[in-house]
Amino acid sequence: MWRFVGLRILQAVPVILAVITVTFFLVRAAPGGPFDSEKAVSEQVRAALEARYRLDLPMHEQYLSYLGDLLQGDMGPSFYYPGRSVNDLIFQGLPITAELGFYALLIALVIGCGAGVIASLKPNTAQDYVPMSLAMIGICMPSFLLGPLLVLIFGIWLDVMPISGWGSTPGDKILPSITLGAMYAAYIARLSRSGMLEVMNQDYLRTARAKGLPETTVVFRHALRGGLLPVISYLGPAFAALLSGSFVVETVFQIPGLGRFYIQAAFNRDYTMILGTTVFLSTLIVLFNLLSDIVAAWMNPRLRYQFKN
Amino acid sequence: MTTETANTIQAMPKGTSLWQDAFHRLRKNRLAMFGLCYLLVLIVICLLTPWIAPYGYEEQNLRLGAVPPNTEHWLGTDTFGRDMLTRILYGGRISLLVGFIATFVALVIGITYGAIAGYAGGRVDSVMMRLVDIFYALPYMIFIILLMVVFGRNLLLLFLAIGAVEWLVMARIVRGQVQSLRQQEYVEAAMSLGLSPFAIIARHLIPNALGPVIVYTTLTIPNVMLLEAFLSFLGLGIQPPQSSWGVLISYGVETMEEYPWLLIFPGLALTITLFALNFFGDGLRDALDPKASRD
Amino acid sequence: MTFTQFRLVAICITLFLTACSGGSSESRVEAGNREGVLHFGNGAEPQGLDPHVVTGVPEHHILGALFEGLVTKNPYDLEIEPGVAESWDISEDGLTYTFHLRDNAMWSNGDQVTAEDFHWSWKRGMSPILGSEYSYMYYPIKNAEAYNNGDMADFSQVGVKVIDELTLQVTLESPTPYFLQLLDHYSLFPVHRQTVESFGSMDDRLSQWAREGNIVTNGAFVLTEWQINSHVRVEKSPLYWDADEVDLNAVVFYPTENLVTEERMFRDGQLHRTNEIPLDKIQTYKNEQPEVTHIAPWIGSYFYMINTTREPMTDVRVRKALAMSVDRSLIAETVTQGVYTGSTALVPPGTLGYNPPSVFSYDPEQARQLLAEAGYPNGEGFPAFDLLYNTHEDHRKIAVAIQQMWMQELNIQVNLVNQEWKVYLDSHNNMNYDIARRGWIGDYVDPYTFLNMYITDGGNNKTGFSNARYDEIILKEAPAELDREKRYALYKEAETILLENMPILPIFTYQYKHLIDTSVKGMPDNIMGYHNYKYISLEPDA
Repeated sequence: MWRFVGLRILQAVPVILAVITVTFFLVRAAPGGPFDSEKAVSEQVRAALEARYRLDLPMHEQYLSYLGDLLQGDMGPSFYYPGRSVNDLIFQGLPITAELGFYALLIALVIGCGAGVIASLKPNTAQDYVPMSLAMIGICMPSFLLGPLLVLIFGIWLDVMPISGWGSTPGDKILPSITLGAMYAAYIARLSRSGMLEVMNQDYLRTARAKGLPETTVVFRHALRGGLLPVISYLGPAFAALLSGSFVVETVFQIPGLGRFYIQAAFNRDYTMILGTTVFLSTLIVLFNLLSDIVAAWMNPRLRYQFKN
Repeated sequence: MTTETANTIQAMPKGTSLWQDAFHRLRKNRLAMFGLCYLLVLIVICLLTPWIAPYGYEEQNLRLGAVPPNTEHWLGTDTFGRDMLTRILYGGRISLLVGFIATFVALVIGITYGAIAGYAGGRVDSVMMRLVDIFYALPYMIFIILLMVVFGRNLLLLFLAIGAVEWLVMARIVRGQVQSLRQQEYVEAAMSLGLSPFAIIARHLIPNALGPVIVYTTLTIPNVMLLEAFLSFLGLGIQPPQSSWGVLISYGVETMEEYPWLLIFPGLALTITLFALNFFGDGLRDALDPKASRD
Repeated sequence: MTFTQFRLVAICITLFLTACSGGSSESRVEAGNREGVLHFGNGAEPQGLDPHVVTGVPEHHILGALFEGLVTKNPYDLEIEPGVAESWDISEDGLTYTFHLRDNAMWSNGDQVTAEDFHWSWKRGMSPILGSEYSYMYYPIKNAEAYNNGDMADFSQVGVKVIDELTLQVTLESPTPYFLQLLDHYSLFPVHRQTVESFGSMDDRLSQWAREGNIVTNGAFVLTEWQINSHVRVEKSPLYWDADEVDLNAVVFYPTENLVTEERMFRDGQLHRTNEIPLDKIQTYKNEQPEVTHIAPWIGSYFYMINTTREPMTDVRVRKALAMSVDRSLIAETVTQGVYTGSTALVPPGTLGYNPPSVFSYDPEQARQLLAEAGYPNGEGFPAFDLLYNTHEDHRKIAVAIQQMWMQELNIQVNLVNQEWKVYLDSHNNMNYDIARRGWIGDYVDPYTFLNMYITDGGNNKTGFSNARYDEIILKEAPAELDREKRYALYKEAETILLENMPILPIFTYQYKHLIDTSVKGMPDNIMGYHNYKYISLEPDA
């Protein structure tokens, strides 16, 4: 088991290194440096600025010194916000995005599993078609369409929900979480439905029913665990995808999270911020994938047995 | 044999191939058929757009401004007085174009890569799949945004960027298929006959792996269209004066309160098309292998 | 229904009820009126608060609350008022200003504001290493430009002298009638030397001295909270010399990049003042809520700059044809909903009594003729070119309309290219464009701030325009002319030369557009869009 974990962690290192390198050189290739401004700047001033940010060093030296700092946990100063470091900015935006992601995932799980399980109980009937079609909406309606529509209906026409912000007005966390969670609810609904369907006809459930157990017990005590296994292995990548998916939701609802910081950094050519966020998010994603693989392996008794030996 | 036997034999249903079986099952799936019909109609309309569109694409009528649907403009006009029906039709051309071409790019790269990996096996396969895993782990959204921001937004780059993200799963699927097919006897026979690996891959393995590939392709197109719409919403995808549905939606969001039709119609167009694509793809998957696990 | 379904419904109801309760409590604006807190929609998130480093308008708004310069302005008539300096003397030749600082101007940590503070701060502002992008504001001061370019290392040669603790003497290169106005610009604000030096050297851009918790200021407010992408909060300073005149208790600045969301925030009662109004809403607001709608002339010009070094723009007839085939008033009326007004000159009319010359007008017939003379009859053979603008809804709309007009009137092909701000600046600085959108807001109220741009090789020129007579007027004759009438005549001559050569395509004169709640008093409209927080109070109408 530990060998498995150790091996996977080792494999993650070149991935992250590749991410850093690719992003570093990609960002440097971009037109529009961080110091272009509308008022013209004299040559001397520009030179001084570039020296301060080490942009006058040859490319490979910049790269190596960045790596060196990174190993000590220092992601460098932001190019756009003088006086602030990338660490500051990331750790300011991260809790918000994480909270958003968490609520979205929660909603996705509740609605998704609920719909999927309900649908699987009576396949090919209305009880199946209706939730699954609604789930389709989550997949087919992009978040940047769903979000504004929800804002239009609930925030403006009905005026019962706040339309932007996070944590400044009570209830303003609801619409963004729903918008972000909708797509994942759809996938989870489909996953749980097919997982449950596979499991429902298994012999051990027939035994339970033959024993006379009520259907609810059969479903909740026995079927769910096996049926929801595909959902569990989906969770890792899902949470990672949520982080990226938050970009749009944070923009639409003006939420000061990491996603918005990233987009602003990309447009502002804030090299260090772009690099820092990319490295950070990639590491998170690799970690989550790893975790979810481990949990899925652990939960699957066959795999678990395999690893013990 | 007697006439009765001959007649009985005659009356027996003909044996069907895998494809014919699949097609039968597909026909029975009403949602999938609806999806297919809708798509065919859409494609035809979009192809014919330059000839059938009621107004010029960029024809603006500043004094008119935005008006709701009426007899002259079936879907209303935007703030420049441009006819929405025309714009949605042209937008559809672009959205579908991006969808198909980027998927095609992904397809070509993915099939080639996966087939080679699956056929070669051993270390080559290991290394190639490891690379796929590495790319898979990257937050692709971040890179695409970065790519578009860095290199400017032209259509070609958009295709490449999107295609470069979607080929990964295709490669995995093809590789899996090729790996299992490779064990089959007819492949061994071909190899002992002295056929070159290239010929084997091209003539035997790929055609037989096509099933899941087709399914996945049909399901990739909507993902690609979503991705393009998302990029356009951020201002990174299609640039004016060209419009895709994503661009139209982002404009519609700006004015959705005063002129909701500017959001609703492009939104409907995109959503229904995605629905159709997904239903059709699901139907194909069910038809080709009803026991295949979903997602 | 099954248990699961029941649970789902229960959760939904609870969520809904929680949300509903959020809609009925007191709005933020109402609370603000009660507490004396102004909620200010500020546009983009401020990059920083170091007056010698930042460059934007959002920063300007916050810095105006936190710091004070030698003088301030009256928001009603833009006349100069005493700030840190309680009085000043100007020599007869207009070259020497002597400022007498008041003895009760304090920093937020209790230290007194002295003449030496200004001397040191201006040295910092002019430092070639710090690289303040507004250093050109200092150039009227003797030797300031030389020092800032690194041509002169000795700061004592620069025209700023400390006479005694509360007396500062400034010597100018030439009599600059608008000099006092420059002093109210944040690039000439004082900073607290000890604080800056405790975090790094004088020239260190990356220093952390200007962060919440570190920053020391001398204005009517002090910084209490700054959460990036969320808000900046400043509260009334008890140490400010004029604290008795300050009605507000606090101001909270919100980043509001998205115009549409900002307008909704205003409607929801979350903001007293918005930074902009979305174009599509203007008619509605003008009709239904004119009392909150503030659309007023702004000292700014909206124009397209032309790269005169690239074909086919090298031919002045082509440039004139392009200029004459744009129906400015139609666009102004329809696309911009009357917010901008068409302009056929560079300097906004009425800038301190100056009226720009009228050199051309909308005349598509003439335009076609000029184009034919230039060798492109009916647009034949005219190469397609790129029209570049920075990503913004307004610019896009205007560009689309103009593109169509050129196509209709001149039968030529124009491609629209939009780049976000940084890339756009890069293209523009490297003259990598055919025609590009440009806007220029005056730094002070005098036509010079506009005409100054187009001297040969001027840092803000970037069109390839060069005219010896123009340079002579702008660099030598105008600054030396004390008489306003005569100076304006010189300006007019220069501007006529500029317009006859048409390196720029004037389009509009800016107006700014804000929504301001009726409870806000003391924020009148003025041509600089300037507000002075001392005058603002919150009085809800009953």
